Amino acid sequence: MLEAIAFYLLAGVAVLSAFAVVAARNPVHSVLFLILTFFNAAGLFVLLGAEFLAMLLIVVYVGAVAVLFLFVVMMLDVDFVELKQGFLKYMPLGGLVGAFLLGELILVTSAVRGSGLYTDSPAGLPDGVTNAERIGRVLYTDYLLLFQLAGLVLFVAMIGAIVLTLRRRDGVKRQDIHKQVGRTRKQGVESKDVLPGQGLG
Amino acid sequence: MQIGLEHYLAVAAALFTIGVFGIFVNRKNIIIILMSIELVLLSVNINLVAFSSFLGNIEGQIFAMFVLTVAAAEAAVGLAILVTYFRNRGDIAVEDLNLMKG
Repeated sequence: MLEAIAFYLLAGVAVLSAFAVVAARNPVHSVLFLILTFFNAAGLFVLLGAEFLAMLLIVVYVGAVAVLFLFVVMMLDVDFVELKQGFLKYMPLGGLVGAFLLGELILVTSAVRGSGLYTDSPAGLPDGVTNAERIGRVLYTDYLLLFQLAGLVLFVAMIGAIVLTLRRRDGVKRQDIHKQVGRTRKQGVESKDVLPGQGLG
Repeated sequence: MQIGLEHYLAVAAALFTIGVFGIFVNRKNIIIILMSIELVLLSVNINLVAFSSFLGNIEGQIFAMFVLTVAAAEAAVGLAILVTYFRNRGDIAVEDLNLMKG
């Protein structure tokens, strides 16, 4: 009973805040609703017995992705009200496509119900093995190569983001180690022969 | 009341639909489009984890981790492109985005 209450609460808030993400007038509110959606999805993961993935969702999405969105939204000086203009214009098309998709997905879901492929309740943990340990045992053996490739994907994405956003501006004083270390006494010091009583004028 | 697999699939279906709907209705605002893509990927993750849990097979959660990785990479690169585009154009209206005349 308690599980059902928790499920309906988490699922309801997740769906409502997901709708608020696409409907909010202010993108900052959208990002905050996105964070709420992720928190509720993490709660659903905990209900499913996937604690590790729930924590990962919070760390990666709320801690990194949502904060990145927040930075970008606040950095860009854009008139967001104007960007919202086409909302009602595209509403019928979007609603139609959405309704079709939802209908199809519900059909598939109800087909799964009678297939008997799955157990009625979340499979319990084997004795003494936590969720994280089970994931680790498979991830670092059978999926080692894919795990490494996931790291490569992140690495390439990081380099791509840096290359895309890095720019050299003129008129900014920067440190140039080669130039600084390669400076000799000859370049730095100039010897002037100053005559008495005249100065360098 | 028993919460079964189809309950979780229904939540994921709703989130997926909202994500696609968001892509359609926010045609001008690319930030909201990126957030809608995140919603779609989240619904995929919920499906993967739900099946993993109800089938008693841990591999679904591992694939959810990979989806998470790709989603994070996609968000980083997408936002970097957005920032570059904003620098060049001064706004982010993507409806008239035809610099490359593609």
